Amino acid sequence: MLNYVLRRGFMALLVALTVSFGTFALFHFATDPAQTIAGEDAPQEMVDDIREQYGFDRPVSTQYFNWLGGVLRGDFGESFFWKQPVVELIQEHAGVTVMLALASLSVTILIALPLGISAALRPNTWVDRFALSTAVSAQAVPNFWLGLMLIIVFAVTFPIFPVSGDSTWRHFVLPALVLGASSVPAVMRLTRTGLLDVLSSDYIRTARAKGFIGYRLILQQALRNALLPIVSVLAVQLGYKLGGSVVTESVFSMNGLGRLAVESIFNSDIPTVQSLILIFVLTFVLLTLAADLINAWLDPRIRMG
Amino acid sequence: MSTASILDIRELSVEIPTESSTLKAVRGISLDLKRGETLGIVGESGSGKSMTALAIMNLLPPSAKRAAACINFDGNNLAQASERQLARDVRGQRIGMIFQEPMTSLNPVYSIGRQLTETMTLHRDVSAATAEARAVHLLEKVGLPDPASRLKQYPHELSGGQRQRVMIAMALMNEPELLIADEPTTALDVTIQAQILHLLRDLQQELGMSMILITHDLGVVSRAADKIAVMYAGDIVETGNTTEVLKDPRHPYTQGLLECVPGYRNGAAQRLGAIPGIVPAMTGTVQGCAFASRCPRAVDLCRTDVPPREAVSPGRYYVCHDPVTHDTAKPLTVETAAHEGAAGPSQLPKPTVLTVEQVSCTFSVRRGLFGKRKPLKALNEVSLSIEKGEILALVGESGCGKTTLSRTIMGLQSPSGGSVILNGQRIEDLPPLQRARMIQPIFQDPYSSLNPRKTIGDIIGKPLAVHRIGTKAEQRAHTHRMMELVGLPARVFNSYPDQLSGGQRQRAAIGRALIMNPEVVICDEPTSALDVSVQAQILNLLLDLRDELDLTYLFVTHNLSVVEHMADRVAVMYLGEIVECGDRDQVMSDPKHPYTRALMDSALSISPGETVPDLGLSGDFPNPINRPSGCSFHPRCPIAEQQCRDKAPASELIDTTLVKCWKAGVSVGRSGNPSINESNNNMEESAP
Amino acid sequence: MMTIREAVSGSSIASVEHSDAEQSTVNLGMSPTRAALMRARKHQGLKIALGILLVMAVFAVFAPWLAPHDPYLQTLSLRMLPPVWVEGGQWEYLLGTDHLGRDYLSRIIYGARISMTIGIGAASIGALIGVTLGLLAGYFGGWLDQAVNFLVTCQLAVPSLLLIMALVFVIGQSITVVIFVIGATHWVFYLVVTRFATLRLRELDFVAAASAMGCSRFQIAVREVLPNLVNQIMVIFTLEVAVAILNEATLSFLGLGIPSPTPSWGLMIAEGKTAMFFQPWLVILPGVSLFILVIAVNLLGDGVRDVTVTNRRN
Repeated sequence: MLNYVLRRGFMALLVALTVSFGTFALFHFATDPAQTIAGEDAPQEMVDDIREQYGFDRPVSTQYFNWLGGVLRGDFGESFFWKQPVVELIQEHAGVTVMLALASLSVTILIALPLGISAALRPNTWVDRFALSTAVSAQAVPNFWLGLMLIIVFAVTFPIFPVSGDSTWRHFVLPALVLGASSVPAVMRLTRTGLLDVLSSDYIRTARAKGFIGYRLILQQALRNALLPIVSVLAVQLGYKLGGSVVTESVFSMNGLGRLAVESIFNSDIPTVQSLILIFVLTFVLLTLAADLINAWLDPRIRMG
Repeated sequence: MSTASILDIRELSVEIPTESSTLKAVRGISLDLKRGETLGIVGESGSGKSMTALAIMNLLPPSAKRAAACINFDGNNLAQASERQLARDVRGQRIGMIFQEPMTSLNPVYSIGRQLTETMTLHRDVSAATAEARAVHLLEKVGLPDPASRLKQYPHELSGGQRQRVMIAMALMNEPELLIADEPTTALDVTIQAQILHLLRDLQQELGMSMILITHDLGVVSRAADKIAVMYAGDIVETGNTTEVLKDPRHPYTQGLLECVPGYRNGAAQRLGAIPGIVPAMTGTVQGCAFASRCPRAVDLCRTDVPPREAVSPGRYYVCHDPVTHDTAKPLTVETAAHEGAAGPSQLPKPTVLTVEQVSCTFSVRRGLFGKRKPLKALNEVSLSIEKGEILALVGESGCGKTTLSRTIMGLQSPSGGSVILNGQRIEDLPPLQRARMIQPIFQDPYSSLNPRKTIGDIIGKPLAVHRIGTKAEQRAHTHRMMELVGLPARVFNSYPDQLSGGQRQRAAIGRALIMNPEVVICDEPTSALDVSVQAQILNLLLDLRDELDLTYLFVTHNLSVVEHMADRVAVMYLGEIVECGDRDQVMSDPKHPYTRALMDSALSISPGETVPDLGLSGDFPNPINRPSGCSFHPRCPIAEQQCRDKAPASELIDTTLVKCWKAGVSVGRSGNPSINESNNNMEESAP
Repeated sequence: MMTIREAVSGSSIASVEHSDAEQSTVNLGMSPTRAALMRARKHQGLKIALGILLVMAVFAVFAPWLAPHDPYLQTLSLRMLPPVWVEGGQWEYLLGTDHLGRDYLSRIIYGARISMTIGIGAASIGALIGVTLGLLAGYFGGWLDQAVNFLVTCQLAVPSLLLIMALVFVIGQSITVVIFVIGATHWVFYLVVTRFATLRLRELDFVAAASAMGCSRFQIAVREVLPNLVNQIMVIFTLEVAVAILNEATLSFLGLGIPSPTPSWGLMIAEGKTAMFFQPWLVILPGVSLFILVIAVNLLGDGVRDVTVTNRRN
């Protein structure tokens, strides 16, 4: 088991490093960071000075490992654009994103799980059809457009919730709905098919033959098996939401990590971009690792390998 | 008949709606079971036997609809009982059930202990300790060593046989009055099957249970059931005392089934009786007798009127307009004389076409996702040779390495030691195209051996296309000739495999294997996925083709009655080694190796009145990763001694049979297998 | 990281597999194609989806002839006209005009062109990458499989929209770039399904039979395995078309997709956003068009999956 965790952790780290190096290289080859810092109209000498001063003339790998060394000491470098340490920037923006991610995940769970479960328990009935059509519609609605529609409705018709900003909990209601709705189809469908598979399995037939019925059959026999895929999909969805909800944050003008990332891309702010990517990727791989560990705890086959 | 009925089913029907129509899976059957009695329900796939079993406690799939005049279980009508009543009072409490698939029938995420005890605590107000004690007691009874520590184990840590034992223990937790066993041994190896059946019989007698045993295997039912009900297309066509029905069948279907089984009512190397066609799907309205379309005795009446139930004696009836009687009891098919050619005694020494020399095959296996790699010796210095025109049967249980060996012989797997020599050339040295012209396979599962996206004509003619033999038109003509040869109608040329029955698919697979006119054909369990009536058709075809095309077969199988019917020589494999190899009659009637002996005993030929023998084997087939020291069979061997544990025996020749056993000369009394002994025909030894 | 990939795209794999099992008893006596067509004729969702898509495709292909006005023509005197059913609307401009006085109906018709081109283009590129890698990884296994697995894990770990934005920003905004970037970042689903199906098919006996008759591994992968993947690839293709259409709209909305003044629905929503409290149709109309197109594509995908189940025994 320990071996398993160590190997998975190592893989996660390797993935994070590969991806962040890729981003780093992409921006270094495709843009000229010295020019970016100096500004569009800066004279050539100034650009050259900056290039030498920041070490942009050294090989990309050297620069990357220098930066990585800094990261290990807690120093993510300084933003070219905002001219302040990236760590501070991230600290300022992370709160909104984490709040939004957790709130929207709750929305997803509250809608998708009950729908998916009731659809699986009564396949081919109106419940099932309702759940499936919800999924199909939610899949087809452009996320940003749904946000705009909510803004129109709640700004004009029913002014209950504020339509932009991130200062109070009320500001999070509409964004959480929009972002939460985007994960409903995936989670709902997986819950439904997962539970259907379990319910049609041989071991559930065995349990029925033993006299299990009703809620006992579901809770004591089927639930644990059906949870396995749900845990994984929820981890993935949370990972994506923590990875900056670019669209939702910009539609509702919230100062989260997603918007920070977009603005730093627009401004070729390499230190900020690569730090954010590294953090996003690490969050994602750690979350999925956590999901695998939960699943290992739930399922002896994974645990004992 | 003085004892009271425990189960009385009247007019039970099950219908399953499909996309276009309704499938009548069970059509108004009636059954009666007395206390302490065992009823065997026999039928081929699609006969409705499993649906009948599931219908009793209403465990059918949700879409299926059940109707019954009554399902009277000890005075309670289960047809009227609500789902809740059934769950509370009947399921797992008074009626226990065992299913076919031990690998998937236990919940993978809960421990054995939990799954056993909950059966008891669900129904009775007992303490966890009491339930646990009962579980340990039952695990011991079903023959699992070290039962107390098993409780903490999970299903994936047990073998198939062990899981089925757990299933049996689970069904017995509440001392049910009736046990329903739905193909309980079909997924298991023959030696395990014999052990499980023996166990069921013992337990049933000890606990005074009644039992319904559902199976497709007439051998199993002949030995385990007091009463038998033969099902065909959703109806019981004949029922009665097992011995009477099997010795004196009245319904042409029962008779046909019996003639299909190799070794019963026919000697070795004769043609098997075969029932033409396939079980029809029972959709729409059924006119007349469902068997009429396949019945050689059918008269006009059979196609228009539903035949009545004719009672023969109390509890025995058949459903037929024109039953088989003593004076009309002649075989259904024309019996040809005993096989000529290679099957008969061969005078001239024939050339050896295939030699396997000291072939070893070692895989490295990882346990789990990141576990350590361990060597797995799938084959351990295997040597064999096959003569031109001979049929060599390779027998063994799953995991013994027979599939690896056949893949190695075909050149699909390179050996880690030794060599395979085909017509004097090492098979690794042959270019793939040249190899393909000399040796071809026929696989077990005709559903996976034909590409579902290709037409039958394409599939059979594909080797010609790959080898660029002839023009398109010539290839087409040749394919048509081959189809005729294997008995496929020309109209299926443009059909897809989905549109064919299992038997037809296997014919297509045979056609593809033979179209290049190979010398050696490797038949890997070619009939074990087929129903017994279809199996007979295919075995007949293979024998005919052998004579016609002068083929040599390596016939891999676990079915000993098929071996007896087909083989000239037999090689027995255990854990990657050939433990015994010799002339068929020699090996089958006088096995030298204790494993061969157990294997022969576990072959359940149809012999009503006989019981399932006790093999005296301990434990299950070992995991090939942890090979036992010395002789690999010693942990299960009833006669093993210290020598066997220390040192692996070498092959020695005893009475023309090669045996790998320290105690091969020692004779041990064995429970006989009459049908095998009977069939000692005029075969003589063929020189090895 | 098997479970992660299953979780990401698992829902649809599961349903692809599931319907295989559900309908395994039908279709005796018909060729697979005919059986699929038979089922298609009875499939409501599929018929509706095909109807919608057909209409939209006709408009997209014949836009120059069917659009009432030039979508780029600015008539500053006729800015912000409402649709005809709203007070102040004109029959000349059925759906009104935008802030530059361009005919909204014509822009929406041309927008269908952009959406469909990008959807089909990006999904095809994704299919090419994903199916090739999946077939290679699944059929040949070994280090190749592990390398591909690592690539998948990396691809999944990056927030995909950010990656697309970064790439488009670095390379430059144009329709071609958007197609290639979306395609190059949406191949994982194809790969996972192809690899999984290939792994399963590889173990089937017809593959062994082909290699016993002397076919090379490449021949087997392409001629025996690939034809069996066509149905599943088709289903994923439609789903990926829908994803690509939404991705393009999002990109254009954020200002990093199709450059102005090309009529892209996402861009039109972004342009209408500033006036949406007073002229909400500027946002609603392109949004509804997007919704209808995407839902039709998704229904088509679900329908194709329902009718093309091969009669596989499980």
